[in-house]
Amino acid sequence: MNDLPILSLSIWVPIVAGILVLFTGGDNNASRARWLALLGSIAGFAVTVPLYLGFDVQNGGFQFVERLQWIPAFNIQYHLGVDGIAVPLILLTSFTTFLVVLAGWEVIQKRVAQYMAAFLIMSGIMIGVFSALDAILYYIFWEAMLIPMFLVIGIWGGPNRVYATIKFFLYTLLGSLLMLVAFIYLYHQSGTFDIAEYYRMPLALSVQIWIFIAFFLAFAVKIPMWPVHTWLPDAHVEAPTGGSVVLAAIALKLGGYSFLRFAMPIAPDASHYLSGFMITLSLIAVVYIALVALVQKDMKKLIAYSSISHMGFVTLGFFLFNPLGLEGAIVQMISHGFISSAMFLSVGVLYDRMHSRQIADYGGVGNTMPVFTAFAVLFAMANAGLPGTSGFVGEFLVILGAVQVNFWYAFLAATTLIFGAAYTLWMVKRVYYGEVANPQVAELKDINRREFFILGLLAILVLGFGIYPQPITEITHATVGHLLEHMALSKLPPL
Amino acid sequence: MNAISFDLMTALPEILVLAMAMFILLLDLFLKPANRFLIYVFSQLALLGAAVITALTHTSVVEYAFNGLFVDDPLADVLKLGIYLATSVTLIYTRSYISLRGMFRGEFYALVLFSTLGMMIMVSGQHFLTLYMGLELLSLSLYALVALDRDNASSTEAAMKYFVLGALASGMLLYGMSMLYGVTGHLDINGVAEALLNGAPDHGVLVLGLVFIVAGLAFKLGAAPFQMWVPDVYHGSPTAVTLFIGSATKIAAFAMVVRLLIQAMFVLAADWQGMLIIMAVLSMAVGNIAAIAQTNIKRMLAYSTISHIGFLLLGFLSASLNGYASATFYILSYVLMTLAGFGIILLLSRKGFEADKLEDLKGLNQRSPWYAFLMLLVMFSMAGIPPTLGFYAKFTVLQAALQAGFIVLVVFAVIMALIGAFYYLRVVKYMYFDEPEDHAAIVAPVDMKLVLSINAIGLLILGMLPQRLMDACAYAIIHSIQ
Repeated sequence: MNDLPILSLSIWVPIVAGILVLFTGGDNNASRARWLALLGSIAGFAVTVPLYLGFDVQNGGFQFVERLQWIPAFNIQYHLGVDGIAVPLILLTSFTTFLVVLAGWEVIQKRVAQYMAAFLIMSGIMIGVFSALDAILYYIFWEAMLIPMFLVIGIWGGPNRVYATIKFFLYTLLGSLLMLVAFIYLYHQSGTFDIAEYYRMPLALSVQIWIFIAFFLAFAVKIPMWPVHTWLPDAHVEAPTGGSVVLAAIALKLGGYSFLRFAMPIAPDASHYLSGFMITLSLIAVVYIALVALVQKDMKKLIAYSSISHMGFVTLGFFLFNPLGLEGAIVQMISHGFISSAMFLSVGVLYDRMHSRQIADYGGVGNTMPVFTAFAVLFAMANAGLPGTSGFVGEFLVILGAVQVNFWYAFLAATTLIFGAAYTLWMVKRVYYGEVANPQVAELKDINRREFFILGLLAILVLGFGIYPQPITEITHATVGHLLEHMALSKLPPL
Repeated sequence: MNAISFDLMTALPEILVLAMAMFILLLDLFLKPANRFLIYVFSQLALLGAAVITALTHTSVVEYAFNGLFVDDPLADVLKLGIYLATSVTLIYTRSYISLRGMFRGEFYALVLFSTLGMMIMVSGQHFLTLYMGLELLSLSLYALVALDRDNASSTEAAMKYFVLGALASGMLLYGMSMLYGVTGHLDINGVAEALLNGAPDHGVLVLGLVFIVAGLAFKLGAAPFQMWVPDVYHGSPTAVTLFIGSATKIAAFAMVVRLLIQAMFVLAADWQGMLIIMAVLSMAVGNIAAIAQTNIKRMLAYSTISHIGFLLLGFLSASLNGYASATFYILSYVLMTLAGFGIILLLSRKGFEADKLEDLKGLNQRSPWYAFLMLLVMFSMAGIPPTLGFYAKFTVLQAALQAGFIVLVVFAVIMALIGAFYYLRVVKYMYFDEPEDHAAIVAPVDMKLVLSINAIGLLILGMLPQRLMDACAYAIIHSIQ
């Protein structure tokens, strides 16, 4: 089982498939490109499944490790490995890619091959981010991911796409470059880019704080945390449905994951030292951004702000430094991956028919699209954190974790159950319920089998993990314990 | 007798290039217009022959010839191979461009070969006079090349500017050298280094001489605040010549910096470090910020060159072997990127149309996804985004500067790289996000298309497997600089 380089396959199968799709040529061969992309995405998902099946849940360390010399001049290695936090995210990535390929089936009519290829290649790159154990390898994947996303938003995006995509690129690049400086600094201190070595190496508090800040800038932009979140609503609004889905479901998780992989274990003392600051930012995201979401007129923008608010829960959970908070944050990341995908796909379904994302243009969709409305309401409930859906589990765990630390943290975090319900359900009311607002809505056709399949799959997952989150918590449990143990130890050099 | 033949053997590549340049001048007189392509073939053969000789006679020891006027060390070999490659690729890319514009004449090829010879002498110069001679041979040939399209007003203007400012810079360089001679009593690099090591008497005069030398070098490299000529010359020259000035000649200027600052005046490192810091900061700032305002892609690439030189200086100013090796890696990477970038511009231009405005790239992805992709690679590589070669170029110089403790400078550099990313992204925006306005088919000779593809894909491949090139640079530096 362990003879096959499963992680390498997970990374390179989608990338090679993407390159093959590119070679199908122009839009005359669009259907060939679509089928090849679908095949590639299924193969890409299939190769990641053994990661879950073969994972040793008792082991909190890295598994499926692959290690090759790459650039000896700087001691850079092709070093891959996953722990219990990375595995669910990798599966989420390959699964989402499959959905995105399917979701773009008829919707994308121009430059189909390039569209499909961009998502496949992006999928491989993002899996690379989740599995790299060498800082430079990680950095390369992290940055390379920007290129396809830049093109996806820029080519297939909305009217203001150029502004949005350049903003997205530069914002992310700024943080990343400072992270690179931090990596180079660590390299000169330790002589290696091996992340495990960074975990062990003692660092003075002032150094840790600088390193933490460099990482913080890179990851906070990606998550995004308030106040560096402003690129996300723009990018989401302008991106095509597939781009929004990948951004929300996976790209944001790259930031969250990286906090756990780099910032917190490498600079644990600084993490503790700055935890008040991080929790404050998280709570501002949870409360303030939820209020901002309430007044949005554009559905995608509303979901974008809702994403930021939900990611606030993730960072809050991280910096509580207790198992409940951390596990809750990880469950929240996965669950948000499903829910935000579903929400964006739902908006996509409407947008494909009406070419509008404005809430005001809708009303009474439930009368003409009953099946679709059932799904949309379910996902909206999940987004609001209704018990029985996966959205509830993560938030509940984080709130429980927060109570242990400080009642007021928990209190402020819990307001999201009100605000979240308010903005989501108000949108549902205005879009799906009520009288049929205009003749265009009256002519809407309900979802076809392809759309039914995609939304149904997500509905099963959202409900499944809501009722039985065991598969996620089981696989992350040992890693979370390991991580917390590591972070409880000071890395300050002995005086 | 033996010594002379050894000397001649050491300089065999130079002798071959010189002979071929003169042969081409003569041949041109006797050739019928229909057989002009032979000139091109002979030029390529000259470069190929020189490359073969350089590669075959390569040893890892430093060999001096002509009583210490001339040196053949691993660094010279690596840089010369870079120069041959860059020149040869330049000739491939420019062939159809110059023949469409009536410049496919013997003079073009003879001048290119003479410039190449000048560069080779600069690379191998071990004596102030040899270096200066090589520099002047290069510069004079370049002035003529810029003005080759003599009916074109902007080319003539560019040549004039280039000549006046270039002559001034050469003068400064020479003046600085004379001061150094006055203090140390030596003109050869090793002699100067030794005299400085033994404690030169007058530090004030030395530093004054150093200032003039650094200013002269900065001009030749195109580093701010001596960058004024770069945009005008890049813009005004025929694109074929811009490509040549932007690629191969930078390697020669780089070699001159190594010979003068590192080999001759390492003792004064504390003095030149400060100057290089100022120049690096200014170059990165001026290059990246001014490039944003450009609408002409040649001008934009000119400013981009200035910013790249700023990054290159980061490698030098760390004053360590690691830093020099990084700088060598950077210059070679830069040359590969520049070749591919101008290669695309040359590819898109046709008779009576220059394709040198950013708008001319509009919708390239729809006209030709392949060339758009190649240009995309070049742009991301120049911006330093992995997985392209440009990332490792930036990475190596940044780590060298950080190792030397210049942390503020490094943070400044990455912020400038961020600003730089904006205008490279704008090029991608034109190619991918806009609809094409120009629907002309892209016609070019097969060899050009092939080499251009290899060149640009090479940026990606070397970006994933940079080890070989890094090793070669480190090897050249370690075996050449004591």
